[in-house]
Amino acid sequence: MLHTVNKSPLDRNTLESCIQHALKGSAVLLIEDGVYGAMQGTQKSPMVESAMKAVSFYVIGPDLKARGIDASRVIDGIDIIDYSGFVDLVAKYDKTQSWL
Amino acid sequence: MSKRFLYVNRKAPYGTIYALESLEVVLIGAAFEQDVSLAFLDDGVFQLTRGQQTDELGVKNFSPTYKALGDYDVNKIYVERESLEARGLSLDDLLPLTYEDEDDDWAEKDSIKLVSAAELAEIMQAQDVVLSF
Repeated sequence: MLHTVNKSPLDRNTLESCIQHALKGSAVLLIEDGVYGAMQGTQKSPMVESAMKAVSFYVIGPDLKARGIDASRVIDGIDIIDYSGFVDLVAKYDKTQSWL
Repeated sequence: MSKRFLYVNRKAPYGTIYALESLEVVLIGAAFEQDVSLAFLDDGVFQLTRGQQTDELGVKNFSPTYKALGDYDVNKIYVERESLEARGLSLDDLLPLTYEDEDDDWAEKDSIKLVSAAELAEIMQAQDVVLSF
């Protein structure tokens, strides 16, 4: 399963809830305001770093750039992808669940 | 008689329209010569980050507009320290916002004032009107 999250984890519990329901081997893609969840050194970074042991994390590069988040500030191990990478993920996983 | 207006910004830019709407209201309101302050807390601090580049999203990057606030006599910009720290940010990550102080030979001064949550509570209490975005 591919999970997408589009809300800031510092504003809503969307990412937290997604992580609690993401099974081992699934993927989480951070989009729109969800990309703040990919930042190092925030109150929510430890939650994401811990979840990465079982779940693959991806983040949309153009959404990071729009918000002034340099790639160097993204948590190590999160894959920065573009929109064609988004399409590839949707095709790779059998289902997509959007956490709104 | 001028009133004290505080615009409270708590949302990240681009994901919702709140940040841009707030900025537009502030600029319109600036024409009415009121005593205007802006507060940035919670995800609102993300509005002021440097290096925003929105070309690949096809939306307007409105962050340079914050730099014009000083020219509209909007120069009390309060950023909450706790909100920055929770997001791993510091003042160096924010746009340099300045104004020219007419009472001090037009010296260029910083508009951004870093305040604690407790200080911001007092600033809120001191207003006539609080508008929340």
